[in-house]
Amino acid sequence: MATIRVQTEAIDIGAETAALTAGRADIGGIGSFLGTVRDTAGGRKITAMSLEHYPGMTERSLAAIAAEAEARWPLLGCTLIHRVGRLLPGETIVLVLAASPHRHAALEATAFLIDFLKTKAPFWKKESFVEGDEEWVSARDADDSAAARWDIAAR
Amino acid sequence: MSGAGIKVLYFAWLREKIGVAEEDIELAPGIATVAALTEWLSASSPRHEAAFAAGKTVRCAVNQDFAAPDAPIRAGDEVAFFPPVTGG
Repeated sequence: MATIRVQTEAIDIGAETAALTAGRADIGGIGSFLGTVRDTAGGRKITAMSLEHYPGMTERSLAAIAAEAEARWPLLGCTLIHRVGRLLPGETIVLVLAASPHRHAALEATAFLIDFLKTKAPFWKKESFVEGDEEWVSARDADDSAAARWDIAAR
Repeated sequence: MSGAGIKVLYFAWLREKIGVAEEDIELAPGIATVAALTEWLSASSPRHEAAFAAGKTVRCAVNQDFAAPDAPIRAGDEVAFFPPVTGG
């Protein structure tokens, strides 16, 4: 059963890992991806990144992505947490955890989950630059390619 | 919302360009697909026209599932327009 959450608070990877593994000893490995805010975009310094989402659809799409991962790999649990609101450089944005009896499934499922989250989950980033201007981030073809390697057409 | 109404939501730069996050729309006769709704909304104000002028970079969801231009629209639907997603 997946843990899915959208929150404004910072993500504590230690606490989330402990929650995922609490009371069980059948897990052989946990794959993790922790996304953080980079302080540059297109060669320019940013002061903050603001994240907006579509409440309702976000949770539905994250649940669908998690269900797809659970159908493809023998997972014993997974966690998808995404932050929204105003974030500063260096802060956490997104956490993916995938637990499995064996490492290959854990690592592959983690990569699949973050690739699909980036192309399917309705989040939008806006960057604030040191010069004072703001800009919505454009979707990257590279993200579609990353999702496409898992053999599901990106919609 | 009355009989033939739908709720329309806008996100990210579409919301900023149009100036509202959501609006209730009475479905005019003949507006039965995402493409037809897009065309009708574009004609409804200069702000809508400017937002939808971005064409291919506008995505749509009907009742919180991604929807293609030929997807059907029915009374009571929640229809959202937004740019390609950029989370993660």
